[in-house]
Amino acid sequence: MKKKTGIGTWIGFVLILVWCLLPVAWIVSLSFKSVEETSTGSPQFLPKDPTGENYSAILDNGDFTRALLNSFGISLIATLLSVIFATLAAYAIARLEFKGKRLVLSMALAIAMFPVVSLVGPLFDMWRTFGLFDTWPGLIIPYMTFTLPLAIWTLSAFFREIPWEMEQAAQVDGATSWQAFRKVIVPLAAPGVFTAAILTFFFAWNEFVLAISLTSTTASRTVPAQMSFFVGPDPFNPPYSQLATASVIVTIPVIVIVLLFQRKIVAGLTSGAVKG
Amino acid sequence: MSTAVAPDSERDTGRATKAKDSDRSVAENRLGQKLVAPAVIMMVLVTAWPMAQALYLSLFRYRLTTPDDREFVGLGNYGTVLTDSLFWRDTWNTVLIMVITVGVELVIGFAFAMVMHKIMIARGLMRTSILIPYGIITVVSAFAWQFAFSLNNGFVNSWLPFFEDNFNWFGDHWPAMFAIMVSEIWKTTPFMALLLLAGLSQVSEDMLEAAEVDGASWWQRLWKVILPNMRAAIMVAVLFRALDAYRIFDQIYIMTKGAQDTESISFLTYRQVIEQMQLGMGSALSVLLFLSVLILAFGIVKLFRVDLAQARGEG
Repeated sequence: MKKKTGIGTWIGFVLILVWCLLPVAWIVSLSFKSVEETSTGSPQFLPKDPTGENYSAILDNGDFTRALLNSFGISLIATLLSVIFATLAAYAIARLEFKGKRLVLSMALAIAMFPVVSLVGPLFDMWRTFGLFDTWPGLIIPYMTFTLPLAIWTLSAFFREIPWEMEQAAQVDGATSWQAFRKVIVPLAAPGVFTAAILTFFFAWNEFVLAISLTSTTASRTVPAQMSFFVGPDPFNPPYSQLATASVIVTIPVIVIVLLFQRKIVAGLTSGAVKG
Repeated sequence: MSTAVAPDSERDTGRATKAKDSDRSVAENRLGQKLVAPAVIMMVLVTAWPMAQALYLSLFRYRLTTPDDREFVGLGNYGTVLTDSLFWRDTWNTVLIMVITVGVELVIGFAFAMVMHKIMIARGLMRTSILIPYGIITVVSAFAWQFAFSLNNGFVNSWLPFFEDNFNWFGDHWPAMFAIMVSEIWKTTPFMALLLLAGLSQVSEDMLEAAEVDGASWWQRLWKVILPNMRAAIMVAVLFRALDAYRIFDQIYIMTKGAQDTESISFLTYRQVIEQMQLGMGSALSVLLFLSVLILAFGIVKLFRVDLAQARGEG
């Protein structure tokens, strides 16, 4: 059914673009409004007198740059660890018969549904005891755990589509299960692993509940948490344009990743959904 | 580990091929368990263990500011929570947000999926733009919409025809809830649309053409062919989004901090534990939140399964 694209579809296309990009355009526009303009009230969409002063102010703000560093460090380490563990587990789930496979899968499902807030209390208590409160590992450990289910699912869906024969051929040629895994499957699976890494990174980059609960200083506070504590000189009026500027800056990595890897992200997001 | 296996395999080698098979499957079993072990240990340590801890703490009156006054109260905390109108009001808010946002997202997401399925050009542009709300930080989405609805600095009032320019969206319960839901719907509809698009591309074109030849209208094709055939995708999308919406926290924290009675159940739990340091009471809330998510998941799976069985019965 290769029909010509109808007028209705075109209208829908434009609506989708407006839907997705209007709020983004709004924060970009807001970030170029001067502090004076927003403090007197500036309800129009575009800035009256565009200025870059917010960008230089926010990049000079030590708390913000520190939070940016925390966000990058914590998200990247959590992603790396999560993907390593998930790759091992997903390989076993997709390829091997072993006892407890069903248990692992239902556990992953349960954790994917887990209300993170439920853990805030006990983790807060435990982390204080273990000295993990307000440290990088204190956030890396839970982030990694909460992204494992998604990573395991995405990866086992990818792994199931890798041709079995290749691995068997390697084993016939004398490779052990481990060698078959390392030399044959890993190169074939790399695209899937990469996709899982992107989705994991998005989760860690976005996470907020634990970030505000398990940190107390800029030693480990990530950008979303730092932004929520960002109060300007006037407590009744949030520093609109500076928050918008911070928003734009933390959105840049997301947009770069989306532009580079859109096809992979879509494939990863929908891999488990169709087959159920 | 391998040394422990060695005697077994030596003993088995002389036997029939069946023993060789089972030898191999023993090794496979072991490798499988070794490979999943790190992930399982992490998941148990960070979720199952703290959850057990919460279950235990929920039986105490325990406040971090006065740790020495810790006292066993049995199910007292649960009694207090379940008879408190605040808990029920927040549960009601949460359910309302979940039902409305998931419902709206399902309709808009499906429309988006239809458009994306039909469109032949500019697919890259479309994919990129739809992934931006998905990837954007929830806190950023909350700020963007808070500012858009803001009294002094928002464009919404001047763009919407039926609202006074000085209408305060965060001054009353319903408008504030509306603003929160808009932020949630904006951010998560793309996810819904992508899952539904995957389901839509599984619907066979032949079947649709056959229905068209048989004279089925567009509406009939939608309800009798397309939707029943993408039931699995719809279920996955609804399940994930509903559970996610039930945990809503970020938007409320940023946009209203619970003012105008917009608190959700997650927010109440957070406030008890972190702001008031009531670990006992907060743990009871955590357990109840966990249980309600569990019931919700079970309910959705059950609901769709019944539907599936009925559909099969009809066919």
